[in-house]
Amino acid sequence: MKLSTILTSATLALGLATGAVAQDKTKVGFVYVGPVGDGGWTYEHDQGRLAVEEEFGDKVETVYVENVAEGPDSERVMTQMALDGADLIFTTSFGYMDPTINVAKKFPDVKFEHATGYKRADNVSTYSARFYEGRAIQGLIAGHMTESNIIGYIGSFPIPEVIRGINSAFIHARKVNPDVQFKIVWAYTWFDPAKEADAAKVLIEQGADVVLQHTDSTAPQAAAQEAGNVITFGQASDMAQYGPKPRVSSIIDDWAPYYIERTRAVMDGTWESTDTWDGIGAGMVGIGEISDAVPADVKAEALELKEKIASGEYHPFTGPLNKQDGSEWLADGEVADDGTLAGMNFYVEGLEGTIPQ
Amino acid sequence: MDLSAINPLLFVAGFLVAATPLIFAAIGELVAEKSGVLNLGVEGMMITGAICGFATAVETGSPLLGFAAAAAGGAALSLLFAFLTQVTLANQVASGLALTLFGLGLSALLGQGYVGVKPPRLGDIDFGPLADIPVIGPILFTHDIILYLGIALVAGVWVLLRFTRAGLILRAVGESHNAAHALGYKVRRIRTLAIVFGGACAGLGGAYISLIRVPQWTEGMTAGVGWIALALVVFASWKPWRLLLGAYLFGGITQLQLNLQGAGVAIPVEYLAMSPYLITILVLVILSADKSAAPASLGRNFHASG
Repeated sequence: MKLSTILTSATLALGLATGAVAQDKTKVGFVYVGPVGDGGWTYEHDQGRLAVEEEFGDKVETVYVENVAEGPDSERVMTQMALDGADLIFTTSFGYMDPTINVAKKFPDVKFEHATGYKRADNVSTYSARFYEGRAIQGLIAGHMTESNIIGYIGSFPIPEVIRGINSAFIHARKVNPDVQFKIVWAYTWFDPAKEADAAKVLIEQGADVVLQHTDSTAPQAAAQEAGNVITFGQASDMAQYGPKPRVSSIIDDWAPYYIERTRAVMDGTWESTDTWDGIGAGMVGIGEISDAVPADVKAEALELKEKIASGEYHPFTGPLNKQDGSEWLADGEVADDGTLAGMNFYVEGLEGTIPQ
Repeated sequence: MDLSAINPLLFVAGFLVAATPLIFAAIGELVAEKSGVLNLGVEGMMITGAICGFATAVETGSPLLGFAAAAAGGAALSLLFAFLTQVTLANQVASGLALTLFGLGLSALLGQGYVGVKPPRLGDIDFGPLADIPVIGPILFTHDIILYLGIALVAGVWVLLRFTRAGLILRAVGESHNAAHALGYKVRRIRTLAIVFGGACAGLGGAYISLIRVPQWTEGMTAGVGWIALALVVFASWKPWRLLLGAYLFGGITQLQLNLQGAGVAIPVEYLAMSPYLITILVLVILSADKSAAPASLGRNFHASG
């Protein structure tokens, strides 16, 4: 991060932004839940922001505020951005959903884009990536690679996006290894390296030799590296610095094309409220290189699954699938509809424990 | 539910590690507050120590040098606070908050080249046969030297405050700076020393996170430990042993709730997740029923004319 951007964000955070914006520039704001240097979720959103700057050069001005707590504080930050003349604001965490809707009501001329949520308005679009497609591939590799048959999973918050990931990984791990079990720990944070590392250590102590994470920092990778014979997957970003082991592959979010397209729509005046949910096929979800720590046949199988998902030939939630309580969810060959997936609040059959409500 | 999955030895050893950054930060702040200075910049000094320690350890290959640099980094940042509050007599609360913001930004800047780097490992002390004692050995005698230093520091501060003249003077300055001044003690100098000690301790605590507990560098990685340390000092009624107990309680319950989750215990996870805060506060509030009060001059600036 450049000093100038630190200063920019610091002044913004303090509400002292100068507001000297040339009228002909399109101003795009980003609200981040973690620091841009988290090496994961927020880092990738910021790469998207930089891509917007690169694409439009002098015609745009971007601003961001990092480490914005979900809840009332985010509402204040968004309001400030809108008052400072932002034309388009991306709010990049699930917990910004209601604040985004509230602020959008007050600024009908400002366009808002909320990541991973489900509430829309005339000036609020939602966008998300089908991370669960990547989770299917992780599950397959994890199921093959585990020797203890215990796979640890660090959840952030019990929201549909995270639950989809757990279910998808579990279904595909079970497919290749019927004995596999998931241990799930909820960290109740998106970003807290010490806590994430603790959660990873606890899972490893309890026998997990694969740790999947749905939190934003690279701390679980470091904990797994320290522990030795454990494998992990990069989350949101490639986290390649932890390869070839513990990190054996990753899910990479690529927001750049979407951010560029939406910024262009605002410039052209063609922006409309939409709901975008793209996956591997559209390139919004990337699978990081599968390292040599994975046997060649497993790697080939994983890549084949990736191709099938990308082409639309296979959907990770294809029946027969039962819910945790044994009731039928999807009949043989039936594919889950997006509505159910978007609001997913149940585990599939075989997972233990209950989802915190 | 499968409680047998929890290994009690690893669990206890784990929470000793988890509590150590908190102990360092809190004991340093305790000394500063005993001298009458409220430094809200603990978080900023911790994160600065975390990156100074991390960078030095990576560059020199020596974790111990890293910890020394962390203490120096935290102390250097605290000197800024000392200058603001003791020389220019700026408001302590505002200066402390500014120090936290500054420390977070500075550490992000310093840490640019260190994301994803693996630091050298600080080995555990070899206690020889002691480590082979059943139960006690693996819990108590399998740690690195810094963890023991943290406990020694708590004991040292207790002795200093309770039994030594220096401790008496420090407390006098914190209780009534005018009286201490009238007796000829250099109030501002003593307070500056206490602030610097607090800064060095916070720096060590931060480096314990970046070099041992996680071990890696990530921006903002202290994620609020400094604020918990500040609260802990108050709830421990400015008493070193109570502070140690509170830190272990907090660390222990945090680890326990993660362990219980992993083992699939059927307690709602939300309650588990908030239990460390609740139980620590509850226990320390009950303990502090003896009406121990804050240092009387806490947060008040001193000028010889006053």
